Amino acid sequence: MKKVIVKLENFSKKFGEKEIIKDINLEIYEGEFLTFLGSSGCGKTTILRSISGLDTPSSGKVYIDGEDVTNFEPPQRQVNTIFQNYALFPLMTVEKNIAFGLKMKKVPKEEIQKRVTKMLDLVHLNGYEKRKPKELSGGEQQRVSIARGLINNPKVLLLDEPLSALDLKLRKKMQLELKQLQRKLGITFIYVTHDQEEALSMSDRIVVLKDGRIEQIGTPVEVYENPKSLYVADFLGEANVFKGKITDRNNKYTLVTMQDGSVLKCYEKQFNLEDMVSLVVRPENIKINVKNKAFLRGKIVEQVYDGAFTKIHIKYEKQIVKSMISGNDKLHQVGDEVTISWDIEDAIVLRSEDGE
Amino acid sequence: MASKKRIIKVVFLLPVIVYSIFLIFLPLLYIFTISFYKSDSYGGMIHTITFENYWELFDAVYVKIFLQSFIIAIITTIICVLIAYPFVLAVSHKKKQTQQVLMTMVMVPFLTNSLIRMYGWIVLLRKSGIINSLLTGLSIIDEPLPLMYNNLGIVIGMVYTLLPFMILPLYSSVSTIENSLLEASSDLGANKIKTFFHIILPQTFPGLFNGALMVFTPALGYFFIVDILGGGKIMILGNLIKNQFLTARNWPLGAAISVTILLIITIVILVYRKLGGKMDDLGGV
Repeated sequence: MKKVIVKLENFSKKFGEKEIIKDINLEIYEGEFLTFLGSSGCGKTTILRSISGLDTPSSGKVYIDGEDVTNFEPPQRQVNTIFQNYALFPLMTVEKNIAFGLKMKKVPKEEIQKRVTKMLDLVHLNGYEKRKPKELSGGEQQRVSIARGLINNPKVLLLDEPLSALDLKLRKKMQLELKQLQRKLGITFIYVTHDQEEALSMSDRIVVLKDGRIEQIGTPVEVYENPKSLYVADFLGEANVFKGKITDRNNKYTLVTMQDGSVLKCYEKQFNLEDMVSLVVRPENIKINVKNKAFLRGKIVEQVYDGAFTKIHIKYEKQIVKSMISGNDKLHQVGDEVTISWDIEDAIVLRSEDGE
Repeated sequence: MASKKRIIKVVFLLPVIVYSIFLIFLPLLYIFTISFYKSDSYGGMIHTITFENYWELFDAVYVKIFLQSFIIAIITTIICVLIAYPFVLAVSHKKKQTQQVLMTMVMVPFLTNSLIRMYGWIVLLRKSGIINSLLTGLSIIDEPLPLMYNNLGIVIGMVYTLLPFMILPLYSSVSTIENSLLEASSDLGANKIKTFFHIILPQTFPGLFNGALMVFTPALGYFFIVDILGGGKIMILGNLIKNQFLTARNWPLGAAISVTILLIITIVILVYRKLGGKMDDLGGV
């Protein structure tokens, strides 16, 4: 049985008349790396700020380690936040920045010194003690801010899009470092991002948010391979969506007829005849010109080589089907008429949403 | 091309250069020069070089006025800081639009002549004035309080007149502090008071120093405030200088007092900078 470290109970937040968070219930376990994923304005930062105490919920409760902290000020909560812009104190040296939390708690000087040195080791910044934040690169500043949070031994570390200001390469490196750090220390990390790739590569669990509600909670594999809605399917990675109506089914297959009359096979057990459904197929599962397997026919309109992959866009009816072939694809050319297929188990069957 | 750019630069700077030379540098030079002259008994000046005027300042009468002026100026500055800081911090947490309205209101008194505003204070502060009538009327006090024609009246007038000069530089330096710094401080366990002393105060110190200079220096010299609210019993350096130039017609002595004040303020600034103090945002809004 995993221990619950943070619990949100009937959590809602209004700004004026606008409801940003709508009645969220969530348990976060000790030692896990949990990510709130959503587009901007979905309320993910608001949730984080309510856990740290920088915001309070309009209704509902926040528990940390079993204690109701809903009305606690930030200094009373044993959590620390890593801010998007790092928020380092500009007039203090690296050392003083990191020591700030302990100094506020009146920890003896020698102990502060010892723990600061340990933290600098942890984030690989030895020798930077006397520098000012201005003299550091973005990545180094972020490391200082992480050390400044972690030195307080928080029960939970809250990270608000901490890598969004870094360039791609550094971001990838820091992703890995953060993940390793979290595993090494065993501290619960609650992470907020709009970057689905970041969420997939770092998290133990992902909470996908949409308009202030939880759309789906699951491991990266679960939310990617078994999205519960078209929104999740589309938000995490790329998705080819084929819409149709269930026209027949037997013990093995369900048959979905599309508007143009094409019939697609799929596996599912939850829908009824006549239901409108969408088949979602990831680009990496789309196959081109496989013998004896022609689900659909189309014409290649675009071919983009990006090193590790070749992305092929195939125009089928009014939509563009995206396919991804590893390596440099020399078999196909723009203008080719091709067949499209996939392994039947790779098609995810979802209810078609209204108005889509 | 480079020389053309240079010419344009000079043309644009010309008004400032002319202004600085004719209205600041030359008058200062003149004051500095005559402070070494001797006055004759008819209000004229004898062109010699003497330190007599400066020696005269060590006379007990003048030392007393120096001390009194500095005490009034220091108290004025401290009270301005104590009012301006909470005000500025409160304003900086408001919405941008509200901030603009409030800061404009700080400037509004400048639209009226300051002499007239001082006479306004008489109506408020005198024995039969609004404040005293109100307090006696409500039976809070029996006797009217002596609110003016004393040091209290002078300080009230000084604080009222000079407060905007403290608020403006302080506001401009407080508004450069990002909100996330205050949040980070709170997140790391600092309460509001600790956040003020560890984060806000060090970051706004340049603004504070600029404001203090802009309050302290005029507070040594605003003789009209002392004349109106001090009731003619009290003298500060401003009165002294005015008297030397206009009444006693001892220009060299008046000039020597002015130069001394200038010297003291300059030393304060130099010491502050020597100690690593910054003053990069001189009251810009």
